[in-house]
Amino acid sequence: MEPLLEFPNHVVLVFAAMAVGFGVGPLILARIWALTFSPRKPGIEKSSNYECGLASAGDPGGNQNIHYYLYAIVFLVFDVESIFLIPFAAAYTSLSIGALLTMAVFLLLLAEGLVWAWLKGVLTWY
Amino acid sequence: MSRSLNPTSDLRAQGVVVTSIQDFYNWGRKNSVWPLQFGLACCAIEMIASTMARYDMARFGSEVFRPSPRQADLMIVSGTVTKKMVPQIVRLYNQMAEPKYVIAMGACAISGGPFKQGYNVLKGIDRYIPVDVHIPGCPPRPEALIHALMTLQEKIGNQQLTGESRPRHLRANAPSEFLIPVQGPHDVEPPFNPDVWNAPKVPARG
Repeated sequence: MEPLLEFPNHVVLVFAAMAVGFGVGPLILARIWALTFSPRKPGIEKSSNYECGLASAGDPGGNQNIHYYLYAIVFLVFDVESIFLIPFAAAYTSLSIGALLTMAVFLLLLAEGLVWAWLKGVLTWY
Repeated sequence: MSRSLNPTSDLRAQGVVVTSIQDFYNWGRKNSVWPLQFGLACCAIEMIASTMARYDMARFGSEVFRPSPRQADLMIVSGTVTKKMVPQIVRLYNQMAEPKYVIAMGACAISGGPFKQGYNVLKGIDRYIPVDVHIPGCPPRPEALIHALMTLQEKIGNQQLTGESRPRHLRANAPSEFLIPVQGPHDVEPPFNPDVWNAPKVPARG
């Protein structure tokens, strides 16, 4: 049986060249234009951060407090827990003792994680 | 019958349109003038009205008000400029990318207008930044703003790409940023930037 479609590979190369040219071409043209006609004029104020016209308060790339992310992770623990707990509660009467034990282990692990985070001081906002 | 020596009009008569890079460049620029999105006083209401359906500034390619100076071509100083506000306006102008243009909208932005005697009102934004088009009026009607935009388009369309008469943004030694005044004990310091334009001195009334 013949292949359904003889795919010409060189078309891919043509498309790839066009895609790269479409992206890089305007950048090259813009650079040529700038070098020919429009001189670059960088400056301290011009390059400073845009803060609605007020003087820039400093570098936005500085260190950020990790605390929020730890807090968010602890929230996610309870978020995921509720996703499992609601169907568990809905089907509770028809579940076996094995399912109950599995859920107990799951809850215990999550509670353990919460106790660990609590002891590490993650829940204390400062 | 003498034959025309202008190849452009000959070609145009045959239905072929030719243009120069300069005209093409200016045509593109003047029909996509994006203003910076901010309003200072009551003139801003007229500016907002001129962008809405009744006056429809979108017909001129200028409906895209940009919330960032990096993407804006035009600063419309629409209203009273207080001395508290001057540093912010000049800094926003400095942060705009070249080429950039300024429309001083209304009597206040031109000269201080009805609040000229006020202790905290700047007597014209052209003390600190170069203004391309002034619109009189208190406030100017949206038609006046559209006329100012058309005047600016005409100005952009006539700008030279090379040569001695080329505009500021194409000159390597011409400034792209202007001095930002600071709040002094009695006035903004300096009271005007002599490098931009000298405000005419009005004799005090005896």
